[in-house]
Order: sequence, then C-alpha cells, then structure tokens
Amino acid sequence: MTLDLNSVPRLAPGCRLGENNKQQVLLMPERALRLNGPSLEIVQRCDGAHTVQEVVSDLQKLYSKADPQKVESDILGYLSLLHEQRALDFESSKQL
Amino acid sequence: MPTTPSNPLAVIAELTHRCPLHCVYCSNPLELANRSSELSIEIWSRVFREASALGVLQADFTGGEPLARTDIIDLIRAARAAGLYVNLITSGLPLDEAKLASLAEAGLDHLQLSFQGAQEDVAQEISGTKSHAQKLRVLGWLKNFRVAVTLNFVIHRRNIGQIPEMLAIAESSSATRIEFANVQYYGWAFANRENLLPTREQLDRSLELIKQAQERRKGKIRIESVVPDYYAKFPKPCMGGWGRKLILITPSGDALPCHAAQVIPGLKFGNVKSRSLREIWENSDAFQKFRGEEWMQEPCRSCDRREQDFGGCRCQALLLAGDAAATDPVCSLSPLRPKVDAILASVNAVPLVGAQHAPPHLGTISTISSESPSSQHSNWLYRPNPA
Repeated sequence: MTLDLNSVPRLAPGCRLGENNKQQVLLMPERALRLNGPSLEIVQRCDGAHTVQEVVSDLQKLYSKADPQKVESDILGYLSLLHEQRALDFESSKQL
Repeated sequence: MPTTPSNPLAVIAELTHRCPLHCVYCSNPLELANRSSELSIEIWSRVFREASALGVLQADFTGGEPLARTDIIDLIRAARAAGLYVNLITSGLPLDEAKLASLAEAGLDHLQLSFQGAQEDVAQEISGTKSHAQKLRVLGWLKNFRVAVTLNFVIHRRNIGQIPEMLAIAESSSATRIEFANVQYYGWAFANRENLLPTREQLDRSLELIKQAQERRKGKIRIESVVPDYYAKFPKPCMGGWGRKLILITPSGDALPCHAAQVIPGLKFGNVKSRSLREIWENSDAFQKFRGEEWMQEPCRSCDRREQDFGGCRCQALLLAGDAAATDPVCSLSPLRPKVDAILASVNAVPLVGAQHAPPHLGTISTISSESPSSQHSNWLYRPNPA
C-alpha cells in the first residue's frame, strides 16, 4: 500500500509516542524524533483509524490561517518522510 | 574546564555476561563478570527511573545474552514503567514462541537479532555454537508480533561475501531494519583481528552491494552500514562523543562511557550501586576525563573536524598508540596512521583461501581460551561463558 489520500497511516511496529521532560517524541528503533505543533497533530492521527484525507482536513481546520494547499502538501511530504524512515505503514481504507 | 554535559539519550544495559554463544569478536571485555556479581532487578529498576529523569529515551538491553536473566520480563516491565523505549539485542537462542509472546506483552518495543553469517557453517565457526537454524525459526515467530525487528549482521572476512544471502534472509522476514556492522577491533575482536579483517577488495565489493540494496529497498527496509574503521580516512565519532549521548552499565553496575573503556588504565568508574546515574554522568572521573576538547593533543586540538569526530575512539587510541589521549591512529592525519596501514598491508597480502590457517596474535591472553568450546577451529580465540 502506498501513500494517497484514501490510505490509512498507522505507526509501524516499534514506533510510538513518548514523552520526556514535557517534550513529545516519536520513539522508533535506534532514534527519536522531536514532535512540535503540527508534527504532533499529524502523528497523533496516524493510528490506523484516520485516512490521509481526514488528517489533512483536520489540520486545515486547526491551521485555518494557513494556505490549505500548503497544509496538504506539507502533510504528504511529512508522511512520506516517516514512511521512508520505516516509522509508518499505509493500510488500505477498505480494511476498515 | 568544567564541562556541562548534555543529556544522555540511551542507556546501554549489559544485563549479564552469560551467553550461549562464544563469538570471536564479542564486544565484552576479556575479563567477564560472574553471575554472582550481577545487579538485582531492584537496582536496575532504580537505574531506569534515574535514566528517564536524566532525559534518557531508550534502554538497550544487551549482554552477553540478556535473555539469560530469568527476570527479563520484569526488567522490560520496569524499563517501560520508567517511560523508556526498550530494545533487546539477542542471539535468539533462549527463545521459543511463548517466550516471545511474553516479551511482547511486557512491552518490548524493538528486538535486534544478531546473525553470525548467512549459513550454518560460518555461523558455527564464528560463534562456536550451532545457532543459525534457531535464528531462522525466531524470524518466523516474530511475524506474529507487533515488535520492530532489526537484523544485525556482524561482518568480517569470513562472511563478507554473503551479503546477498543475508539480504534474502531479511527480505523473507518482518524486519524493517538491517545493520551490516563490520567488526570493530577491541577485546575479543582485537585478539582475533588478523583472521577477521576483510581485504580492501572484499570491503569495496560489499559496500557496493549494500548501496544497491539501500536504493532498491527504500521505504521497505532501512539498511545501515558500518565500515571497519581501519579502512576509513577519518575516525568514527565513537559513541557520539565521550560522555555526550550514551551511558553503559556493566552487569555489576559500573557506568562506562563506552563498551571498551575498562582497557584505559587509571580511569575510575562510578558504580550505580552507590551513586545516582545523574551524579555519575555529571561528575564521575571517567565521564569527565575526555569530555570537551581540553584533553586533545595535536593534530586534533587545531583540527576542523574535532567537533565532528571528537578525536575518534579513546580506547582505540590506547590499544594502537598506547595513549588514550592521542589522536585515534586510524585517522589519516595521525602520525601513527602508518601502523594501521601496516596491519592492512599484511591482511591484504595473505591469500584469502589461507586466511583461516594464519594463527591469530593471541599474546598473553591465550590461556583464557582453555575454557573455550571444543572446536576444530583451533586458530580462533573463543569467548568463554563466565561462571
């Protein structure tokens, strides 16, 4: 399954949210990614229950002052980066 | 100069030195800790809480074989309860599917399975134990659990030609990550160095294959590669810099800046039985010794790369230069680099087919091998199992 608006992102096995000294992080094998603002909002929705389209819509509402096109392309870029790092799997929405 | 250290990011917990394998490149020290000296779970639990409070994110459970601890499930629970991400680095030998289920249930995040080769014969020669078939069984079971899987292939002269078969093993598994980690030359590997170092030609070929695989498997498997630093132009930033990112706790509780730090004479290590992790990290003699740049000699002291590689590895400087504060002799700028080049020249001059017949330089420690596994491969110095 690859990334499109209908796919359902889910954190890969061994990848999860964590917190240390009030800083939210994405924990994964041999590394950790600091999450702030939008990146945290995105990762929190990668739970196997939201389509990419739903994540995009949610964030467009949250960041209503930003250009909606830019929000979408930023999210797609971030999700594909996480996928490349093997922190994210994409499931087909039909499985829901 | 009092240096204020940043937070450590990971604590490497050497839970035990007991191990069913006898690998000729084991990173444990030559003097192994006995079972009777191992820390209790109460102390480990406190260490995990202190680590988390200090800013540590991950605990790497290693050994020896960490599964040799009968309280491994409770150790995982304790680290998770402290808020840490738990990695387990294992040979897979003591595992069955039920044990794996209980590790996953306890909260294991990531399992790293070590491989000594892609086939039973080389794996057995290197580890002194029949273990390869069991590792393949473990890979099958792992598909049933939501745990991240890394395959750790330790690369050396005898298995460096097996990269394609190693990739095939990884691709038939649920692994999302592969480490092709060439042996680094300390401890047991230092004693067996002449039989482990690959030739330049072998190394170049393997790096080309790994590069191709990285491109082909992008988005599927993350492939990481570590070269033997004897062949590198500049040294590795060992442990991300001395006392900058990692803290290692030995089975008996000594806190070390690096796996091999005990080879450096005169270093005083704090022990977690009597001191807090923060106190050790911030103030202990061993961690302060090579922090910052004050200790550096030329050519490091005025080198532009000193903030990238921190002068390389202190233990390697001790082993090759006889001075832990010297520039790591693998650096092409080190006045002692010719010594490393001479080692490489002798390795590259030995015909490959005869490599296994060349006696290793055992030096004065050869007596330790009297406890080694019975084996026809008498030219290796095998790591024994401690009492």
